[in-house]
Amino acid sequence: MRYALLVQGGPYSHQATHSALRFAEALIRRGHHLETVFFYHDGVYNAARLLAPPQDEPHLGDAWRRLHDEHGTRLQVCIAAGLRRGLLDEREASRHGKAGGSLEAPFELTGLGQLVDAGLSHDRLITFAP
Amino acid sequence: MSDESNLPSGDLLVVLRHGPHGSLWLREGLEAALVAAALGQRVSLLFMGPGVAALAANQQRGPLEQKGTLPMLEMLPLYEVEQLLAVEDDLVALGLGAECLAVPVERVGPAAVAALMARHPLVLNF
Repeated sequence: MRYALLVQGGPYSHQATHSALRFAEALIRRGHHLETVFFYHDGVYNAARLLAPPQDEPHLGDAWRRLHDEHGTRLQVCIAAGLRRGLLDEREASRHGKAGGSLEAPFELTGLGQLVDAGLSHDRLITFAP
Repeated sequence: MSDESNLPSGDLLVVLRHGPHGSLWLREGLEAALVAAALGQRVSLLFMGPGVAALAANQQRGPLEQKGTLPMLEMLPLYEVEQLLAVEDDLVALGLGAECLAVPVERVGPAAVAALMARHPLVLNF
């Protein structure tokens, strides 16, 4: 089956991200495809370029990047939710007169239309929220 | 109150469980509903729990300069979002009679919640 995940919990603050990553690994192990992860609400903080957890905690940002690198999973971040929380790529940063972006590839800023599209075009959309 | 056989169906059910001003859940849920409707999806909104407070008339901006969500509710008809439902018990708990509501809603019983989810292929929960 083709899966999409919707992550609405911030990294480390809530269990949502940890659970979403566990679920992602499990479904891939079972032969399903994780095509899209959409980050909304406080979930957008998962895309922060500068996440720096202590060494004895899992690096959640790297875990998402690994999913993209190994399985081609698209990592889409709601632009409206991201901008108001300070998650900007280089282009948005310069458009808003800010020095340096806080989000970089493989995470991509995208519109809420992509969430609706993910819900309609995948076999399953599973939400992870606090 | 409608019985289950009269419940609407659609492409997307947006469930709103948070009140205005205290968090961004309600605003970001309504934003998702409006975007889906603008893309031509048939959207139903279900207000439940503290989310029914979103329906109260005469809301202003929050005292901490939150924008409030009432203008978004008033825009719903422009986007052809006309299926608004609210859980009756939750309205009663907050003392929200029909005369207190900013927009007309269909009142449903708790059993309708599961039925509504079954009638929409996509459910987003806020």
